[in-house]
Amino acid sequence: MDLTWMAWTWPTAALFVFIFASIALMGVLEWKFPGGAPRRGILGLDTTRGDRLFLSLLGSAFIFLGWLGLMGTPLWGFLAIAAAWSAFVFWKV
Amino acid sequence: MATKTDNQKAWFFVLPVVVLVAFNALIPLMTVVNYSVQETFGNNLFFWEGVGWFEQVLHSERFHAALGRQLMFTGIILAIEIPLGVAIALTMPRQGPWVPVCLVLMALPLLIPWNVVGSMWNIFALPEIGLLGRAINAMGIDYNYTQQPLAAWFTVILMDVWHWTSLVVLLAYAGLISIPDAYYQAAKIDGAKAWAVFRHIQLPKMKRVLTIAILLRFIDSFMIYTEPFVLTGGGPGNSTTFLSIDLVKIALGQFDLGPAGAMSLIYFVITLLVSWVFYTLMTRDDPK
Repeated sequence: MDLTWMAWTWPTAALFVFIFASIALMGVLEWKFPGGAPRRGILGLDTTRGDRLFLSLLGSAFIFLGWLGLMGTPLWGFLAIAAAWSAFVFWKV
Repeated sequence: MATKTDNQKAWFFVLPVVVLVAFNALIPLMTVVNYSVQETFGNNLFFWEGVGWFEQVLHSERFHAALGRQLMFTGIILAIEIPLGVAIALTMPRQGPWVPVCLVLMALPLLIPWNVVGSMWNIFALPEIGLLGRAINAMGIDYNYTQQPLAAWFTVILMDVWHWTSLVVLLAYAGLISIPDAYYQAAKIDGAKAWAVFRHIQLPKMKRVLTIAILLRFIDSFMIYTEPFVLTGGGPGNSTTFLSIDLVKIALGQFDLGPAGAMSLIYFVITLLVSWVFYTLMTRDDPK
């Protein structure tokens, strides 16, 4: 199958591998440690593990845009803030 | 509290949808992500650009202006269509021979394809030959949507209100007729005024359908393309160039696939965020 039209690059492939691996990880976690029923976090939302992953990724996308718009490259700061945001979401939200 | 089941067979029923979504949404989205970090001159030749296009789009005044116009357009049509739709639904009969007549009349604009709506209004609003254009000019108001930005905005908004208020009407009406008569009888016994009935019975009962109406109208108007493109072509100047029109100009007009990819993704995450907020609001009070 010729996939040249999709114009793959290693960084974008890594991004999607990361996203799909994260989704798979949620499945494995649920299988290993059941109990992924919704819980109420500090934002007053009932979230499952999948919801928290979605919020982490969506939030990270906005952190990326915000960092790039205000600070520009390099993106280490973005990575740190996005990691902190994701940890916060999984821990508290 | 959600209950968990051990039956995993349902996954197989979901599989066809997953495959379909993969083909019509996921693979194109992945391709857009790939485009957004590269430069191309055609012939499937791509050159690494990194996050440069995102920086360019984020700092581009053209993008800010298109986003501003888009938000203003969506805000205005929501502010008109939702109250107007509810008001019309409230005046519609709850029973009798006029119900089907009203429903069919309301459904008519929704059945017309976008490009036809654009063409209709294009001619209807022309100052020389169009009924609307001539009528407005006959009233002594100088109106020409092909030359005046304000007139173009007025026409685009009027067209959208004409095309889509019916959707809000039908949804609100569905919410209204689902209210049992007992509520109205109780209100009558209490001597409730029309406003109190609306505020405490009809509005709360319509909350769900109105949230759906706002969500649908937000998403639809936020990615509106065909109608304004056919009506004004984004003009005069850039005055009605909304996000999707600008996106198509960049992607297909200028063949700048990289910046267009970056712009699409920014557009996408904004839509995703707003949809998530609405979805959360909609399902928050659901009994678990």
